[in-house]
Amino acid sequence: MGKILMKGNEAIGEAAIRAGCLNYFAYPITPQSEVAEYLSRRMPEEGGVFLQGESEVAVGYMLFGAAGCGERVFTTSSSPGISLMSEAISYIASAELPVVFVNIVRGGPGLGGILPSQADYFQATKGGGHGDYHLLVMAPASVQEAVEMVMTAFPLAEKYRNPVMILGDGLIGQMMEPVEFSDRLTSKPTNKDDWATNGMDTRKRKDRNLVKTLFLDAGQLEEHNLALKAKYDRMKQEEVRYETYNIDSDYRALIVSYGTMSRVCKTAIDNMKAEGFEAAMIRPQTLFPFPVLPIRQAASKDGCEAVISFELSMGQMVEDVERSVQGKCPVYWHGKAGGEIPTPEEVVDTVKSFVKTK
Amino acid sequence: MAKTYQKPEALSDQPTHYCPGCTHGIIHRLVAEVIDELGIRGQAVGIAPVGCAVLAYNYFTFDFQEAAHGRAPAMATGIKRVRPDLIVFTYQGDGDLASIGMGEIIHAANRGEKFTTIFVNNTVYGMTGGQMAPTTLPGQRTTTSPGGRNVQDVGMPIKIAELLSALQTPAYITRQTVLKPKYIVRAKKAVKKAFQYQMDGRCFSLVEFVSTCPTNWGKTPVEAIQWAEENMLPYYPLGEFKLPD
Repeated sequence: MGKILMKGNEAIGEAAIRAGCLNYFAYPITPQSEVAEYLSRRMPEEGGVFLQGESEVAVGYMLFGAAGCGERVFTTSSSPGISLMSEAISYIASAELPVVFVNIVRGGPGLGGILPSQADYFQATKGGGHGDYHLLVMAPASVQEAVEMVMTAFPLAEKYRNPVMILGDGLIGQMMEPVEFSDRLTSKPTNKDDWATNGMDTRKRKDRNLVKTLFLDAGQLEEHNLALKAKYDRMKQEEVRYETYNIDSDYRALIVSYGTMSRVCKTAIDNMKAEGFEAAMIRPQTLFPFPVLPIRQAASKDGCEAVISFELSMGQMVEDVERSVQGKCPVYWHGKAGGEIPTPEEVVDTVKSFVKTK
Repeated sequence: MAKTYQKPEALSDQPTHYCPGCTHGIIHRLVAEVIDELGIRGQAVGIAPVGCAVLAYNYFTFDFQEAAHGRAPAMATGIKRVRPDLIVFTYQGDGDLASIGMGEIIHAANRGEKFTTIFVNNTVYGMTGGQMAPTTLPGQRTTTSPGGRNVQDVGMPIKIAELLSALQTPAYITRQTVLKPKYIVRAKKAVKKAFQYQMDGRCFSLVEFVSTCPTNWGKTPVEAIQWAEENMLPYYPLGEFKLPD
């Protein structure tokens, strides 16, 4: 199968099917409703499950129930919808269920707007729901990458028995780009008989399974929290993904940006290079775990005078950039919100304004 | 000598944490007996609520999931949609189902989800210490209605069986109780019917139980049964409110 032109939202829906996920529960919200519309047609064709829930709150628990049976399941939503699902996300993280969430982010807070944004960085990477937990968060910068991340997300969710979130800004969902699908995933969730409530008759082992999140005993809850922490630490060791751009140059500024914003930054870096000014970029592909060490290393390079976090938010990822750089280089933030996106010229001017030596 | 009465296989050996005079124990047993008699323990998945029955899974011997407050019907929907062969039931109290989970139960019933709900109505939030519920009777004193439920302020109690029966989608909706042996016999038939409808793939089914909470009502077990019969049954009449056809 060659490349076809496809809208991001529809490509995400198709990618899930090709990843072997035939269960989809969702609630309509702009700018991602096309996923539900697409899958309302495609899931029945594939013999899968499509259900439009009565609210994102309910959808969150439909995912819990389905994943608790050991079945592959996913949803798509956008910012206010993810807020409503955040209760379930906390329970899903605690019960260690492999669910994939796609958040096609729009501007906030509140109803905000329907234009692209990266304002849900904190929500995705630092919590959202209550309690000590983390999602594994991936951030695509193109429709093609969104497809690839969806294909990767399911096996990762199953490997760690942890919810995975794909954080795409509204442009990723709404934009049409050429996309190529890889072969269908043939892997199945393994070892689900050890924990899933798939019915005792389904399993060889005859004791029953429980999917629960209540630990009334302080010691038992702490043990659970420590086990979760060990899992998140393992993700930090094994799952950090990022891309570099112009990193082998004698750059004077290091840009950190992700998603749509990183594409603008690439153009800006090319434009600066043509003028004889070198800047480099690290583009996190996973936001949790965050590429802490690669950023620290790149910021420590001789001649690097500034690290700038470009974001479609009022300064969220910059906090992770600061803790990565650990004072080895000045860290700045530049961003826009409400659906506004910095132009390459604006990026160039900003970068140069932070570089002091002539 | 042949055993004529024994613990159902679906029920565990663990002593329950329920208070003396609480009806959860009897209702658990009815569910377990029905599961044994229908031979569905190996396909059964129960969903425990938030409330006194949050630990219900300790007393059953088959697969269980534990819900967030009120969300059990959404979880049952998720399970049943992806595994229609499993036999799924939610076990919920009145704070859980009639207050915070009202949205989930109405929509699950209206979609005709093929699972069963056991709804235990004792007019108060038991686990959190006896606060007012949507089902608290007019004038009934609770820890958050110390002067008695003022219906001018918070409205009349919600009759769940009647409310769900107003939906057009086919369903089996009944209200039962276990306050006396004669009621228990009838209630078991209703529970069995509810599960049978599910097994036949026919409809959503809900059995509401008029129940007691001696501890939070401040009554002895005997007084509580008497109070429930005298005060609850007139407002929450027993019977079958909706049949699938």
